[in-house]
Amino acid sequence: MQSVIRTHLESVSSHSCYATELSFINSSTRRRSPPEWIMKTFCSVWLLLSLVELRPALPVSQETPLACRGPADPALQQPETPEEMDTTGDLEPTHYPARRAATVALHYLNTRHGSPYRVFGLQQVHKASAEDVAAGGRKYSLDFSVTTSPSGSAGPALRCSAEVLFPRTERHTPPDVQLNCEALQQLNSTAEDEAFYQKYITPDSAVSAQYLPDSYGNMSEDMQPFWRLARVAASFIMLRESSENTEFNMAQVASITQQESSEKQLMLDYVVLLHDLPSQEIIQWKLLASWSPDSGVRVLQMEWQPRCPHATKPPN
Amino acid sequence: MRHYIAVFALLAAVYCEEVFNGDQVLRIHAESKKHIQILKELERDVDFGLDFWTNVVSTELPVDIRVPHARLYAIKNFLKENNIPFTVMINNVKELLDREREEMVHNAEMERKTKSFNFAAYHDLDTIYNFMDTLVANHSNLISKVNIGSTYENRPMYVLKFSTGGEKKPAIWIDAGVHAREWISHATAVWLADRIATDFKENRTPVPSILSQMDIYLMIVANPDGYVFTHRSLSEFYRFWRKSRSATSNPKCHGVDLNRNWDAEFGGPGASDDPCAEDYRGPSAQSEIEVKNIANFITDHGNFKSFMTLHSYKQLLMYPYGYVGTDAPDRTELHDVATQASKALNSWHGTVYKVGSIFHTIEQASGASVDWAYLRGIKYSFAFELRDTGEYGFLLPADQIVSTARETWYALRYIMQYVCDHPY
Repeated sequence: MQSVIRTHLESVSSHSCYATELSFINSSTRRRSPPEWIMKTFCSVWLLLSLVELRPALPVSQETPLACRGPADPALQQPETPEEMDTTGDLEPTHYPARRAATVALHYLNTRHGSPYRVFGLQQVHKASAEDVAAGGRKYSLDFSVTTSPSGSAGPALRCSAEVLFPRTERHTPPDVQLNCEALQQLNSTAEDEAFYQKYITPDSAVSAQYLPDSYGNMSEDMQPFWRLARVAASFIMLRESSENTEFNMAQVASITQQESSEKQLMLDYVVLLHDLPSQEIIQWKLLASWSPDSGVRVLQMEWQPRCPHATKPPN
Repeated sequence: MRHYIAVFALLAAVYCEEVFNGDQVLRIHAESKKHIQILKELERDVDFGLDFWTNVVSTELPVDIRVPHARLYAIKNFLKENNIPFTVMINNVKELLDREREEMVHNAEMERKTKSFNFAAYHDLDTIYNFMDTLVANHSNLISKVNIGSTYENRPMYVLKFSTGGEKKPAIWIDAGVHAREWISHATAVWLADRIATDFKENRTPVPSILSQMDIYLMIVANPDGYVFTHRSLSEFYRFWRKSRSATSNPKCHGVDLNRNWDAEFGGPGASDDPCAEDYRGPSAQSEIEVKNIANFITDHGNFKSFMTLHSYKQLLMYPYGYVGTDAPDRTELHDVATQASKALNSWHGTVYKVGSIFHTIEQASGASVDWAYLRGIKYSFAFELRDTGEYGFLLPADQIVSTARETWYALRYIMQYVCDHPY
């Protein structure tokens, strides 16, 4: 146990901290009404052990274990209020519970059918209902429309129906989605996807960029398909991390670095920034994605990135 | 062509000013028929060089004469000898002409500045503050700039007051930039300021009639420290800053969420106690100087009838409450107003906004400004989340600023007209 703690803390101290002002995102202990005493007790005990062992060696800022401040652990979050979240039966389509469930369905849709020239967005929820499930969890039934980017609201909207199941378990389990969109089968890989693939699958291609879009919303046309690919890849993460208490969106691509193509797949190293609406937090993920017109997008590696330096005072 | 006329006018002005150097304008008060006779003789004597600005008519009306410098001594002596009272109206005609010319050049410069101001771009704080000054200078009969206090880092907080006069008329409050990273809100407010000014100047309904009965207070940057911070670098740590920039109990984390710091169910669920959190509520209600300044200003004024705050993103038009899910007493009316406003917004560009209470539509939030305003009796309180729904989020391309601002204006205009028509 002690050695695990030591290597863990060593790895924390070796994380590159970008600037002294960078603040650590506290995305785990949510401010709603989590069973804080459990986490606090655990962390206190954990900390006590590590302090006893390592106090002389480590600066105060790194004493609080990363495990206490890891990526959003939505299972620990209680629903905002019983009223809104435990409503069984019909849901108001414009209210956030229906919208959050639809957002999850969108993430799923993008992981399955997203490409450099096709990213789906939520247009609106038409009907929604929810019910508790015997196994423990909540199932949302949704009827909604989606837009496709590029072209966005100018293009045709697709009508979809979905069932989104949020399990309510000790540790976070990703939601389960069953989805059906009209005319989805007819959506083939576009000519633009093909052209994009041909252009960048060449052995000497080594695209790299930062900040897509930049602070002013600017992005060169060349980079847009890479940005859309990032949104599709990010959807894998957003889908996995989602719960009834989150509403994720990709805020920006911090960086993209093309790696050497492998097995006819474009290989792209991304650092993406996600925005969670309820907590307003910006969460950083590093990921390695592959894509080809035939295989679609796959995420091969993903790693949550803490924003340094460590921020919160350790419990004393 | 305009250029040539301008050059000609300038040359004429320079020439003429020299001609008038040292000239004075005297105002003569004739008191008797004899005085009138004398003055009429003077008027007829064109060789003497007097320039009668008004004709000699009767003892009722004063006579104004521009007297060339060379003739000043002679004419003043003459008037004194004849006991004709006079006063010096203009001490030096050239100086007056100089001042007028300066003002004209200055105004032309100002007008050029506002006409050339790029509304389709995001600007930093200094540029926005300069824009405010230009706007006030160009519409000084309507707009004044009010300093309501300083920020944590000691920057001035300005509100633009649109008023046709009167003492504490019922008023409408609109703010933007509470959250630093929501750049479209500041950019929209800049455009709105210009639009309200122009509509008033060009007598476009309903602005003149609204302003005849109400004042509008528009705060373009409610969180100047945060806004400056977002411009410090392209790096995401700066660009996505949301809060104020105050020091907290944690030396590694700065800032308070200025929309969780109001005295409205402060401390309830819907905000965080962690100084490192994006929705950190602060150590106490109104602990943030920015919030305190606005709250005090509105409270001291005492006659606000509407409170609206611009944010982004998500395309929502919301009303109280944020802190709880129960309906506000005026919920039905507020929902109707918001629905109509969103239809007006939609009519411009087809943009769809959803309408509902903050609690139900976005999430539970305690210490929110809209709740504070409503709980203080400001019935028509609304919160906007502007474009888009997530594609660009906070990084909305600048080419969407003007269309976003215009559709928002349609909604605001509807609400302001409604507020004006429903005094309480």
